[in-house]
Amino acid sequence: MRLAVMGAGAVGSSVVELAGEYGHDVVAVADSSTAAIDDEGLDAEDVLARKRSRGVVGNHDPADALEADYDALVEATPTTLGDAEPGFSHVARALERDRHVVLANKGPVAERYDEVRRLEADSKGTVLFEAAVGGAIPILSTIDDLNGQVTAARGVLNGTANFILTRMAAEGLGYEHVLAEAQDLGVAEADPTFDVEGTDAALKCVILANVLYDDTYTLEDAEVEGIADLPGSALELAAEDGRTIRLIGEVADGEVRVGPRLVPENGTLAVSGTLNIVQLETNHAGRLNISGRGAGGPETASAVLADIGRLPSVE
Amino acid sequence: MSEADRRSYTVRLELVDEPGELLGALEPIADNGGNLLSIFHERGNLTPRGHIPVEVDLEATQAQFDVIVDSLREAGVNVIQAGAERYSEELTVVLVGHLVETDLSDTLRRFHDCGGVSVADLSLSAPAGTEGPSSARLRVVASEGQSDDALTTIRSVAEEKDLRVIEPLTEGSQ
Repeated sequence: MRLAVMGAGAVGSSVVELAGEYGHDVVAVADSSTAAIDDEGLDAEDVLARKRSRGVVGNHDPADALEADYDALVEATPTTLGDAEPGFSHVARALERDRHVVLANKGPVAERYDEVRRLEADSKGTVLFEAAVGGAIPILSTIDDLNGQVTAARGVLNGTANFILTRMAAEGLGYEHVLAEAQDLGVAEADPTFDVEGTDAALKCVILANVLYDDTYTLEDAEVEGIADLPGSALELAAEDGRTIRLIGEVADGEVRVGPRLVPENGTLAVSGTLNIVQLETNHAGRLNISGRGAGGPETASAVLADIGRLPSVE
Repeated sequence: MSEADRRSYTVRLELVDEPGELLGALEPIADNGGNLLSIFHERGNLTPRGHIPVEVDLEATQAQFDVIVDSLREAGVNVIQAGAERYSEELTVVLVGHLVETDLSDTLRRFHDCGGVSVADLSLSAPAGTEGPSSARLRVVASEGQSDDALTTIRSVAEEKDLRVIEPLTEGSQ
């Protein structure tokens, strides 16, 4: 397929880099200020080198990338809350042009799910967003394969928070100390609010709820509590009882909740480090556990490229 | 109170595997007028908490039986089932915040006042002394089907006192 990639951060860049390996051509790439466009297919190395050395991907206006001759638009701009812009407009424009859309950006499907689905219904294009929930882990495609038989989902959906809790429990270190360490390692952002306050995990759970219940949940419908400033003593007390604390997202009985929870120390959900895990409850198949890397450029790009492989062919 | 009011009850206990534990558990029964019928000591079998389950059949009046169960609990014996009522639902929660400043005994009393719930065990960690934030782990025993109500009570008392509640993940935690 011919791809236009909106967003040249870790995920967007990895999609550009790996697309060829999956048999696709990238005809447009845009970051927040520029775009590179070539109907014959861009040279991934050139584009990425330009981004690295000069901080831009090309000479075109980013809006021109939306009008390029692509089959599928990859939306990998940063997740924004509320109106989910500019991601939402990118999705809308591609669908108006009867093109497919593959999202890594959570905003449009977490905050404006009904509108995205309406636009899709009026378009020949299809919208997929595996990469928006749990990075490399095939969660949405598994739910889709199970044909409406999934009744609930829960799990660890934020690697940064999980890393912090794992380190605090293992080393007996305080929250601030471990957060600083995570920032040095690049596991936590300079502003970690999105991760440690539970917002990122909540957006993923909202998307899961939208898919499971075919309804329109937004962040406002989720009950969210984070792990910021959790004292080490809480983890120590949990450990004395063979338990530990994990930031768990739950989608069950029509409700979305994210918060720190006590789980068995060596239980399935107590994954360590930056790993993510999702547990699906099913009607006939019991419980499924899927675990893996929930973030990272190539990891998330692999979910984007898997979605592109699932798209119906263009007429 | 006539003999006719006496009936038989079954009590299920959890004992730590240490000498004298069983005797200590039986004394409150005899001391309060209960008539021991049988003791089934399931050595080799362990409860989820790693303790030994013991099943005791006894005869007593309703009033005597209530006193027996209370004195067993006071003696630190974990009663998991008494008569028809199963005390099988255990919850562990961790509370975080200014536990001491916000009157921990009052917090516990209010959990207790919620019907069918008792705080069986408490462990407090206050590394910063009584001034700073501390954590407490509570084991709450609720009558069957009362776990959700117990959690609701804990949440509302905690919210009022600005404490954080770290709840157990009840589903899917096995």
